[in-house]
Amino acid sequence: MKVNVYVTLKPGVLDPQGKAIHHALEGLGFGGVADVRAGRFIELDVADDVSDADLDAMCARLLANTVIENYRIERA
Amino acid sequence: MKTAVIVFPGSNCDRDMAVALEKVTGRAPAMVWHRETALPDGIDFIALPGGFSYGDYLRSGAMAARSPILRAVADAAGRGVPVLGVCNGFQVLTEAQLLPGALMRNAGLNFVCRTVPLKVENSQSLFTAAYRAGEIIDIPVAHHDGNYFADAATLDRIEGEGRVAFRYAQPVNGSARDIAGVLNDAGNVLGMMPHPERAIDRAHGGTDGLRLFEAALGVLA
Repeated sequence: MKVNVYVTLKPGVLDPQGKAIHHALEGLGFGGVADVRAGRFIELDVADDVSDADLDAMCARLLANTVIENYRIERA
Repeated sequence: MKTAVIVFPGSNCDRDMAVALEKVTGRAPAMVWHRETALPDGIDFIALPGGFSYGDYLRSGAMAARSPILRAVADAAGRGVPVLGVCNGFQVLTEAQLLPGALMRNAGLNFVCRTVPLKVENSQSLFTAAYRAGEIIDIPVAHHDGNYFADAATLDRIEGEGRVAFRYAQPVNGSARDIAGVLNDAGNVLGMMPHPERAIDRAHGGTDGLRLFEAALGVLA
């Protein structure tokens, strides 16, 4: 089955890449964008019996750096 | 005095580090490939070099921190063996949770490659004992992800415990509190973005990095 993992910067962690993307959007003439924060989307193809606990451990131990990032797991 | 340099696919400062270690100890270090599961017997000092281990995939240092040899490095660090991580080596040490915090993309988004002044904040550690507290030294940096981050409580704690070894004397990459180098709580693991091994010979344009190796390796000699 497919599992979607969304890794995002924690609130309060500065995101220079998001800022640069924001500037670029403004440069393209798109107004009304208040803020941009960039994250990472990871798609896993796993056996149906992989447990939620294992998925959580995958995120906590490798896919996200929990010093700076949050993650959200979604079984597709 | 037996030293080791850990080599990952994508390391590119491993040979510079080896030159520095040999210059100070008179003996070439063991070059230990990332797939090894144990260090050679009797290693007294471990260096994690700069570079782009695993192509910086996922996050800088993330894959290297989970490579087999890192368990042996963590075990050795736990026994008190000095471990120096420079640049990508610092990123690996934070990813391996041997040091607090994380290294994010430079605030200015650009790769920064120049010699910068560093202030020695802690001159009591085994790595910094040959410097004077408050001394300004010139050491090259060359990195894209050197923007040190930790939450305020962690920053307060490591500052209070004297674990900030070096601070940028002027802003370089957006690092929290201009932190350039951090020690672990036991003081035997140092991670720093600047490259002391690139400042050990007059031909490098400066020799301020040499005393770091002399202190760290001399203490054990």
